[in-house]
Amino acid sequence: MVELAAAVLIATGTLFFIAGTVGLLRFPDIFCRLHALTKADGLGLALIALGAALLAGTPGAVFRIVLIWFFVATASATCGHLVARYARQSGAGGGAP
Amino acid sequence: MTDPLMIFDLLLALAIVALAVASLSVRDLFSMIVLFIIFGLLSALAWVRLSAPDVALAEAAIGTGVTGALLLKTLHHLRYVSGTLGQQTALGVTPVAPVPMGIILANAGFCGLITLGLLVAFLGAPATGPGFDALVAEAMPQSGVEHPVTGVLLNFRAYDTLMEVVVLLAAVIAVWQIERGLSDAPAPVMGEVWQGFARLALPAIVVVGTYLLWVGAEAPGGAFQGGAVLAAVGLLLLLTRAYIPQPAHRGVARGAFVLGTAAFALVAILVAGGGRVAFEYPLEHAKTLILLIEGVVTLSIAVTLAALFHGREPVALSEGGRHDT
Amino acid sequence: MTTFLSLTLIALLLSILAGLVRIFRGPEPAERMLAAQLFGTAAVAILLVLSQLMAMPALLDVAMVFALLAAITLVAFVVLASRGVR
Repeated sequence: MVELAAAVLIATGTLFFIAGTVGLLRFPDIFCRLHALTKADGLGLALIALGAALLAGTPGAVFRIVLIWFFVATASATCGHLVARYARQSGAGGGAP
Repeated sequence: MTDPLMIFDLLLALAIVALAVASLSVRDLFSMIVLFIIFGLLSALAWVRLSAPDVALAEAAIGTGVTGALLLKTLHHLRYVSGTLGQQTALGVTPVAPVPMGIILANAGFCGLITLGLLVAFLGAPATGPGFDALVAEAMPQSGVEHPVTGVLLNFRAYDTLMEVVVLLAAVIAVWQIERGLSDAPAPVMGEVWQGFARLALPAIVVVGTYLLWVGAEAPGGAFQGGAVLAAVGLLLLLTRAYIPQPAHRGVARGAFVLGTAAFALVAILVAGGGRVAFEYPLEHAKTLILLIEGVVTLSIAVTLAALFHGREPVALSEGGRHDT
Repeated sequence: MTTFLSLTLIALLLSILAGLVRIFRGPEPAERMLAAQLFGTAAVAILLVLSQLMAMPALLDVAMVFALLAAITLVAFVVLASRGVR
């Protein structure tokens, strides 16, 4: 039962990762790609982390998985912001305000 | 039905080779560095698949993180020196004379011979041999730790590890001889999002590095991995110019560089007394000694790697020689 | 379960390898940085699944280090990459 739930979560997470990559390849603009990537990957990782936490044996492992997810979420949000600022200051995206 | 994990391994191996070829043949230097960093990332995954998490940790932290930042800094410096900093030029940062075809062919032949030799050695080796697993497992109770890799690194083959630390020390001595100078470049504007994140993350990274050092006694981890993660904190501080190396801090830096080697060698020599040889830790103190050595070496490695990234001795030069970062 | 997890791994690996296209084609450095971020996050996901598949809790520590170095690499990109003049 738990295994089934974990499998569903991990499968959905993988789908979101694939969606993120498709967005990276197909969207027309750096900012659209950034949007697709950080959001889809963030959600994909959260679902996969949840699935892995369900499968994990010990509370220590669950704690570490939660920590990893928290760090990756904040780091990828911050780095997404930094990349966006960099792209903006390089004059990408047509320079719209 | 083939094991799908085998397909994963095959894909990974192909991807690594393809990335290596790509990073050598791409025209733009920046793409080359990005591809090389990703190559390191996939190599670390390969180590994981080979059931070597210690090596994967070291490869991820040092081979990918520190080396990637180092390459980027080198590219930045090259562009600064050649005055093309504001442009996105391709490979032509400094014109390089083309290599004569004869040399290319000789290199290719040489590499081919080595590959052939490796193949012969690999195929001719016995498929299953005793290996060292049994020997190490037998000797582990006398090493003072539970993790075989740490036991081998810090106890059974401690001379090798001491020499590795000496190599790092020699590297930083050489780098400080070659390049010196200060810089008055302005700090990059990182923004408030970064400030908030850094306040949260940098202490957390220090905790992770210390955890990696501590857990090395029972699980994959240890001095090099912990030191590399702590060096990553140093790198972040240097990159965002939250810390700018000052000439006044050189004494402390030099002390930190030498501390690891000195402590390691001192412990080795001091245990040799009363009928023991160097590095023969007395059994009841083995764990304490190993942890002590690892702690000091971690600190030393962190400061040394950060100094190697910064790349020069912070000395006020009398004439010219201002740097860009 | 293990077969399912292995298939997940293959799917994740393929999706990040597709991101390589963006490194070759992306017209500006920012696109390449983005692809690097994809690799970092996906590698953490792969390691989370592998730690279950190979029954090695140590891989969670490796995942943590991957996450850290991805952050550092991106900061290095943003600070050190030269800006294009338009």
